[in-house]
Amino acid sequence: MYRLEEIKRAARGMWSLVVGLNITGKYFLQPNVTIHYPRQEVDNLATFRGHIELIPEDNDSLTPRCISCGTCAKACPSGCITVTKKKAPAPTPEEVEQGVKPKAPKDPETFRLDFTLCSLCGQCVMSCPANAIRFSQNINIAGYSRQDFQFDLVARLRSRLPKHVKKAE
Amino acid sequence: MFTKEQIAERGFYTQHFEQGKQDNSLILNMGPQHPSTHGVLRVMLEIDGEYILRADPVLGYIHRMHEKMAEGKTYAQFITNMGRVDYLHALAWNWAFVGAVEKLGETPPSPRAEYLRVITCELNRISSHLLWWGAYLLDLGAFTPILYAFDDREELLDILQDLTGSRLTYASFTFGGVVTDMSDALKERITRFIARLRDRLPMYKSLVTDNFILLGRVEDIGHIPVDMAVRYGATGPVLRGSGVAYDVRRAEPYSVYPGLDFVVPTSDRTDALGRYLVRMQELEQSLNIVEQAVAQIPAGDIQAKMPKKPKVPAGEVFFAVEGARGKIGCYLQSNGSGSPYRVKLRAPSFSNLSLFAELSQGTLLADAVSILGSLDLVIPEIDR
Ligand code: SF4
Ligand code: SF4
Repeated sequence: MYRLEEIKRAARGMWSLVVGLNITGKYFLQPNVTIHYPRQEVDNLATFRGHIELIPEDNDSLTPRCISCGTCAKACPSGCITVTKKKAPAPTPEEVEQGVKPKAPKDPETFRLDFTLCSLCGQCVMSCPANAIRFSQNINIAGYSRQDFQFDLVARLRSRLPKHVKKAE
Repeated sequence: MFTKEQIAERGFYTQHFEQGKQDNSLILNMGPQHPSTHGVLRVMLEIDGEYILRADPVLGYIHRMHEKMAEGKTYAQFITNMGRVDYLHALAWNWAFVGAVEKLGETPPSPRAEYLRVITCELNRISSHLLWWGAYLLDLGAFTPILYAFDDREELLDILQDLTGSRLTYASFTFGGVVTDMSDALKERITRFIARLRDRLPMYKSLVTDNFILLGRVEDIGHIPVDMAVRYGATGPVLRGSGVAYDVRRAEPYSVYPGLDFVVPTSDRTDALGRYLVRMQELEQSLNIVEQAVAQIPAGDIQAKMPKKPKVPAGEVFFAVEGARGKIGCYLQSNGSGSPYRVKLRAPSFSNLSLFAELSQGTLLADAVSILGSLDLVIPEIDR
């Protein structure tokens, strides 16, 4: 009796292996599910969090919306943002006569991001009163040294223009 | 506590190994780089041949002092940390902390956000269980299942990326709401995913669960009687695998869970297979929850009206949620300033791991690997 039970069990066990192999065989014949980067790329980047970037003014794609208030730098848990304000320009002769001081432009001189520290948490994006930062969709980011991840986002915004102009022409 | 001399004399790190090895036994370090410890857990084993005489987990290799960090950060900044305590079910940790702050400040999130939280949290639970499933079988020597699991998980992570912006270390809950709304297209995609995974689960069953090699590795291994599970404070699938239907979502209901229809799967087997089966059933239950939540979600804002910097009154609060591994708790003490006075995190894996020393005594080394895997440990969560 005991023998018979054993044999039955073994047969059932063997059958479970056949079932498994059958599944493996079926999936073997099905099309690929992976993406062959870099020949193919992913397309679902709408809410992807790349490193942050500055949003330009609506009517001027060279000037960031940022008003250099520094809220984002304070909100960041890792302290990766440093914003420096622009200095006021030297007063013109008329202004000297009238005794008014020229106002400094609002947009920042530099906007440094130390991406090596960034945890992509979004606190900066949420805290900005001017809605001036967003996550970029830059997924192709690699470098040879740590310095490659110190960005000046103002310079990055500026450097974008030639490309667009070239494309348009 | 030991005096300095005592420690020097004993020479071992842990109290349990104070006597050193016995005759004919061997002290073996499993980890901190052992693949089956999934991270940097070190288990000191004293073995006699293939049998384990004593086992003792040594912790602390990935301690990042999250709790202390909270004291120097604002409330909002600390949410970022919560995505990194348990990288597999990060949203439950998000929820535990955000929920504690909301409970203390009595500022509930908007209704739509409640549902979005349930949806993302349950999807995250599924992805966590799928990864556990693949990795556990990998420990047991089956390679292919993890590839199937990752195929499904990929689709899931794409959905979660749309909903939260990240794929692993989520920080997408805010005080009073969530970061991203769900579009109609995404709603459809989630529905498609539910159908897809429901299609695949029977395949998982016939490929793996019914496989007699797997049964040989998990059946009658690592029995946890109920009183032992309770004694160690085990929660989640480990406790439910011992037959206790304790689930924070039902025992201490929070958010919209009372209005959702799902059962708490349990198994009376009390062995590794019991815990395995509970998790497989939880996959189905989580799909049910997501399906209902997607159908019932009300329109409206994803963020309740709140000041940008939450005003948290002085006081203390404890808030718990059900994570993929068990009860995740956050104890918060506030003195009314901008940052927490004290945060204490209850990690379910910590209690679940403490079962291991007793559980593995007298078992084969290979069975201990199976037991360790069936506890579904996430080491960063244990060390915090
Ligand atoms: S995403 Fe977070 S860590 Fe990164 S810069 Fe913004 S606030 Fe700092
Ligand atoms: S990006 Fe926004 S928050 Fe940061 S300095 Fe500019 S305006 Fe202020």
